[in-house]
Amino acid sequence: MTRIRLMRLAAGAAMALLLAACASTPLEEQPPAPVADSGAQPGASSGASGTDARAVARVDATTRGVDPLSDPASPLSKRSIYFDFDSFLVKPEYQGVVEAHGKYLVANPARRITIEGHADDRGSREYNLALGQKRAEAVKSRLRLLGVSEAQVETVSFGEEKPAATGTDESAWSQNRRADINYK
Amino acid sequence: MPRLIAHALGLLAALFLLSPVAAQLRVEITGVGSNQIPVSVANFRRDGEIPQPIDEIIRTDLQRSGLFRMIDAGAVPLSESSAVNLSDFKGRGADALVVGSVARLADGRYDLRFRLFDTVKQAQLDALSFVSTAAELRLNAHRIADRIFEKLTGERGVFATRIAYVVQLGKTSFELHIADSDGASQQTALRSREPIMSPSWSADGSRLAYVSFETGKPVVYAHTIATGERRVVANFLGSNSAPSWAPDGKRLAVVLTRDGLSQIYVINVDGSGLQRLTRSAGIDTEPAFSPDGRFIYFTSDRGGGPQIYRMNADGSGVARVTFNGDYNVSPRVSPDGRLLAYIGRRGGRYQVHTLDLATSQELALTDTALDESPSFAPNGRMLLYATEVGRRGVLATVSVDRRAKTTLSGPSGDVREPTWGPFIK
Repeated sequence: MTRIRLMRLAAGAAMALLLAACASTPLEEQPPAPVADSGAQPGASSGASGTDARAVARVDATTRGVDPLSDPASPLSKRSIYFDFDSFLVKPEYQGVVEAHGKYLVANPARRITIEGHADDRGSREYNLALGQKRAEAVKSRLRLLGVSEAQVETVSFGEEKPAATGTDESAWSQNRRADINYK
Repeated sequence: MPRLIAHALGLLAALFLLSPVAAQLRVEITGVGSNQIPVSVANFRRDGEIPQPIDEIIRTDLQRSGLFRMIDAGAVPLSESSAVNLSDFKGRGADALVVGSVARLADGRYDLRFRLFDTVKQAQLDALSFVSTAAELRLNAHRIADRIFEKLTGERGVFATRIAYVVQLGKTSFELHIADSDGASQQTALRSREPIMSPSWSADGSRLAYVSFETGKPVVYAHTIATGERRVVANFLGSNSAPSWAPDGKRLAVVLTRDGLSQIYVINVDGSGLQRLTRSAGIDTEPAFSPDGRFIYFTSDRGGGPQIYRMNADGSGVARVTFNGDYNVSPRVSPDGRLLAYIGRRGGRYQVHTLDLATSQELALTDTALDESPSFAPNGRMLLYATEVGRRGVLATVSVDRRAKTTLSGPSGDVREPTWGPFIK
């Protein structure tokens, strides 16, 4: 347990250093600094009720500056939604992934994404381009329902032009029928 | 030492890629027509070093159409001035005889001549001479084949027309090629690290519109072939695709997602005058003008799966056209407006079909399983399409009576998105 926490600390510190070193990351895209908020609120509430003068409100600064997008344990690390043949329906097993991105985008209104729709290579290239677009739009409309603003999401389709897997069987085709979420 | 070897290999690879032969398409005739006209094409008399096998090009052209059967004329060359015994050829079963010559002139050009005889009527049907550069020789051989085709069938030949197609040579190597109708003399009009799709010829054959992903998303361009001059036709938010020239050469139908899902619009070549034509809740794509410009055929999933619909060129009067099967895409109308060609999925196989627009009679033309992108030859006799042989994209032709079939295959690259160009005046 301790070891895991230590490792997390180390990882968090490394990530913070990385992000600090990354000059191209705009400041407004960082999650809000927790120090002022969490420091002020417990103090105010305890002062009002006056229950325990010796209470210690713990502040965790280890996640400061860490973007949950970079956390491999976060559902945000999943960026692909897969579809059935000739379908653009977001299946129940991908609701969680879509919701995680929706919440993140609502909390970070400056972040913008492109949703890339893809199709397997059977049939017409133009129809597949349109189908990829329909898949990307299906994911976008889910995000919009979660409160993500129109300006945050652009959709684009690559149809069958950028397969994730090459091959002429269902295992390759199923990997190619997808929508990828890319953060800008 | 290993570096030297790597350099040598690199040089070899470069030479291979640069060699025009490496990219040349090869014609393989896999089916023949019925009621073929028996013809003898004699070996042409050659005077000097001749860079093209004129007689062989003419024979292959005629055979490829599926309408002719070659009768051996013997090894002895026969020129337009040779004394020929037409009865002799009639006796061998030939209804027509072609003779000719090609001679290198002092200025480096070539004098190409031919005569066409009717062995039954014992009369000359045609004769012509061309003076051409080395580069024009092959085209002029196709022109001779076109004249023979027209004299013997009463219809215009398409051998001197051109085709355009896309070839993928590597993961980040795409080229738009223009070639003779037999796949020879291919030239690269565009190279890109990103995919190229949906080339469409203007009615005069001088320009191609296509979709290029070179900026990271699909954008529609119009490209003047002779000069390489390009202009962006449609680059709106979202994707821009499926260009189809109106017969007037001034406007194009395109598919945009700027208002949501793929819908059909018309736009002027210079990008002005955008007008939305379809308003469906689903996919509307692959617009194709009828040759008279009155109708636009297109693919739509408004009824569930993709089917082909027709509307007036102003977007009014939409009617469904295909009813067989649950997947019909990529419509193209024949030059006489009578046939619709498309890809239909039947029993899991994607094949070229035609629909007689007057009788609604459907005909499956191919035996392959992964066909795409059918387009009519400008005389309406044949269709060019893409299919897969051994997991590689190749081009193929089939006659509209489904009897004559050929495959055009190159030794490298994944060939796709073919489209047959118009007659050139």
